[in-house]
Amino acid sequence: MRIIPFFIAAIISVALIVVLDTPLPVNGSHTPRLGYFLSPQTGFWQNAEADDMNFNENLSMTGLQGNANVYFDDRMVPHVYAENEHDAIFLQGYLHAKFRLWQMDFQSYAAGGRLSEIMGDSSSGTNFLKIDRFFRRLGMVDGAEQSLAALEANPVTKAYADAYTEGVNQYISTLKDKDIPFEYKLLNYKPEKWTNMKSVLFMKYMAFDLAGFEQDFEMTNAKSIFSKTEMAALYPYGQDSLDPIIPKCTKFGAPAFSMKPPADADSIYFNYYKNAATTDSIIKPDKSNGSNNWAVSGSKTQSGRPILCNDPHLGLNLPSLWYEMQITTPQFSAYGATFPGAPSVVIGFNDSCAWGFTNAMRDVRDYYEIKFKDSTKQEYWYDSAWQKTTFRDEVIHIKGKPDRTEHIAETVWGPVMYDNNFPDILHSGKSYACHWQAQDGSNEIKTFRALDYANNYDDYLNALKDYECPGQNMIFACKRGDIAIKQNGKFPAKWRGQGDFLMPGENDTFAWRGFIPDSANIVMHNPPRGFVSSANQYPYDTSYPYYLGGNYPEFRGYLINRYLSSMQNITATDMEKLQTNNYNVFQEMARPFLLKYLDQSALSANEIKYLEIYTQWNLQNDAKEKGPTIEKLWWDSLMTTVYSDEFAQSSLPLPWPEKSTLLDGLLRDTLNYIFLDNINTAQKETLQEDITIAYKKIIPVLEKAENENNLVWGKFKKSGIRHLLRIPVLSRLNLFSSGGETEINALKEFHGPSWRMVVELTDSTQAYGIYPGGQSGNPGSKYYDNFINDWVEGNYYPLLFLKEETIKNLPGLKGKMVFKKA
Amino acid sequence: MKFFVSILLVALLGFAAPLYLPWWSFAITTFIVLFFLRQTPGKSFLAGFLGLFFLWGINAFWLDMANNHLLSQKVAVILPLGGSAILLIILTAFIGGLVSGFAGLAAGYVGERSRT
Repeated sequence: MRIIPFFIAAIISVALIVVLDTPLPVNGSHTPRLGYFLSPQTGFWQNAEADDMNFNENLSMTGLQGNANVYFDDRMVPHVYAENEHDAIFLQGYLHAKFRLWQMDFQSYAAGGRLSEIMGDSSSGTNFLKIDRFFRRLGMVDGAEQSLAALEANPVTKAYADAYTEGVNQYISTLKDKDIPFEYKLLNYKPEKWTNMKSVLFMKYMAFDLAGFEQDFEMTNAKSIFSKTEMAALYPYGQDSLDPIIPKCTKFGAPAFSMKPPADADSIYFNYYKNAATTDSIIKPDKSNGSNNWAVSGSKTQSGRPILCNDPHLGLNLPSLWYEMQITTPQFSAYGATFPGAPSVVIGFNDSCAWGFTNAMRDVRDYYEIKFKDSTKQEYWYDSAWQKTTFRDEVIHIKGKPDRTEHIAETVWGPVMYDNNFPDILHSGKSYACHWQAQDGSNEIKTFRALDYANNYDDYLNALKDYECPGQNMIFACKRGDIAIKQNGKFPAKWRGQGDFLMPGENDTFAWRGFIPDSANIVMHNPPRGFVSSANQYPYDTSYPYYLGGNYPEFRGYLINRYLSSMQNITATDMEKLQTNNYNVFQEMARPFLLKYLDQSALSANEIKYLEIYTQWNLQNDAKEKGPTIEKLWWDSLMTTVYSDEFAQSSLPLPWPEKSTLLDGLLRDTLNYIFLDNINTAQKETLQEDITIAYKKIIPVLEKAENENNLVWGKFKKSGIRHLLRIPVLSRLNLFSSGGETEINALKEFHGPSWRMVVELTDSTQAYGIYPGGQSGNPGSKYYDNFINDWVEGNYYPLLFLKEETIKNLPGLKGKMVFKKA
Repeated sequence: MKFFVSILLVALLGFAAPLYLPWWSFAITTFIVLFFLRQTPGKSFLAGFLGLFFLWGINAFWLDMANNHLLSQKVAVILPLGGSAILLIILTAFIGGLVSGFAGLAAGYVGERSRT
């Protein structure tokens, strides 16, 4: 034996194995364990799903109470036929896990402030620890614990969630190591057991996304540089072209509480234009988390039956937020979009009715200043006395590092989110407690479940009754002919302006006055105009007795109502066309104004060339048009020209005004609009100068885009559906797509219609739908993103809502899973 | 003959072991195979290398064909190999081969008489 060469060879072998079994640092993140990852027997190759894979299986499980069958149609939508609710929901959990396990697990980590556990404290330039601390300090986990208690206090929803959790865990327990989803292998971790808490955390994440938007710090900064008049002009309450969900001039009763602001509000709260001290990144939900929904009554349709439509606009990700399925038991049968991570069909229809949601947009997240006695934060001043602070310790596990404990001070207002340990964006050095509706427990799953069972209008009202947060415009139609909409949720009763800014927290003077009674959440039921609709606009006009603080885009709602008012003999195809409508009503109003005040005599030949494209544009934000690119750049440029001088007065974050605010202001005040003058120059700029300068500034951008062949809107906009880990090759980027921010087809860069659904409530329901993704969460499956091209084109799939006798013999089935009770 | 039998055994046991043991357990089976089928260190290395190179290469190629290169082309961007499925298969085969080859080499030296 040759000892030395043997040892050398042996050491190289072992060293190779060790290196290939260790994640290696590269560019601020880590590689997978390369040997494991590349091994065709254990690694990613096992996730390469065969093109001709069939999904036939025969399984027996102890968790089932009876037998059940699942059929996968040609789009891999499962149709579950079970003997009872428990088994149906158990199988929903099982199927969610089978096709979307990594995604649902990852989302629950994000919601619970646990990303550092899998990503480390930072990776590829993202500070995951900061994100985790943000969610912990916001009270996400605390709120989820409250909601879990509410869910489990109700025996029906507890059994429902338990069945779901059992189903997920049934799948996880049989999952072989080589079969765990691709992303676990890439990031080098393993699935953990599912719990009801993880479902609730996911629901809280949706509450954050939909009811977590606020800009109280930015607004507080704004009032330090703007006068009362300027503030009203920049951040108006109500809109000039207001077309609320519940039509104008509705009579409202007196408020249930006094809505008079506190006596000292003017001096200590509405203290405009006096004084506050680098811009910092902040985690915010997308403020255009909006949506469209409408229902037309039989009086306006060709079939004489109602049609209900819904398309929720959300951040677009792969794997998709939605998973399509049919769930049928002898007691109920529902079809629609489900959330991987939670039981029930969320947006969909059953044998009798259809329902959907858009976001209410109400501001339910406010801040109160806390004065601590000393740096130990043991006591804080409230009601003229030092009150004991309680503390909530949240432990954040960090991959490769010791744990970090977040020591969160709890007050009457809620958790102290910002203090010296976690500074606010204004670097005020003060402490602020966050008071947020979603910190309270609530049981949304109860409402979703009840809607799946609903037969009529009364069932719809009952289903909505206990729903709290996130507030939604809940729309309904049924085969009996009813249509209805209600902005539903538990909303704080606030006086006008309350919660726009940071509030004093020394006593209850600035507390929410209570909650708006449900009777003041108006239901619109079978109106004479023959339709109900919402698109995140104001729910009521400003005579509503409670303050409607929030953020309400106006154009989609205005245009939908304009179309629906004039339409007759409507078909499902008409409704599909309306959902994918790209008409730019904003420019219908803005273009004549811009052209009127543009100084055309000052333009070069090249500038005239682009102007002609804009002038001749058909106002459709179609992918092939160049007009929308010019429109967007010009208006953004005008906003900058008009406002940037005033906004440069503060180096801290300010809320940028809405584009409609400038349009409304210009149409109303034209030459006298107060922000036209550049305050940094001696001369007085005019409307004509501002519009002309703004136009000239965009020419280099247009020329560059044209040279790169990117001038058409579909290329300029660069829409895409991003993988949750933001890995480009797992995403679908640069989709040649139409639509935009103010269009009904609200597809922006990474945000837009996440599920388009049209349901015609004829005797046998005719439904159509599509979402930008695919039924499989596996990037190695051809069902990962196979709906995206059709979705970009505005195509719909027929949604097959079938009895088991029919689907059995349906051609093109991708598989049948037979489940037996063991 | 011995050489080809050893390649075959390296591949066979290199497939069987990771069904129950960690991914790298083929290194142990390769060592055992080439300990008993005694050859020169050079041949031992080569037998170890080729056994796993073909096992992993063919296995990956097989899965990749059935998958229409869908996943391999994505992974070949992440790693990064310019999106080439073939390169990724070769890299896979090479990595398996390399670990197995050195295990084979170690076994080869056990059998060889020390030179004086």
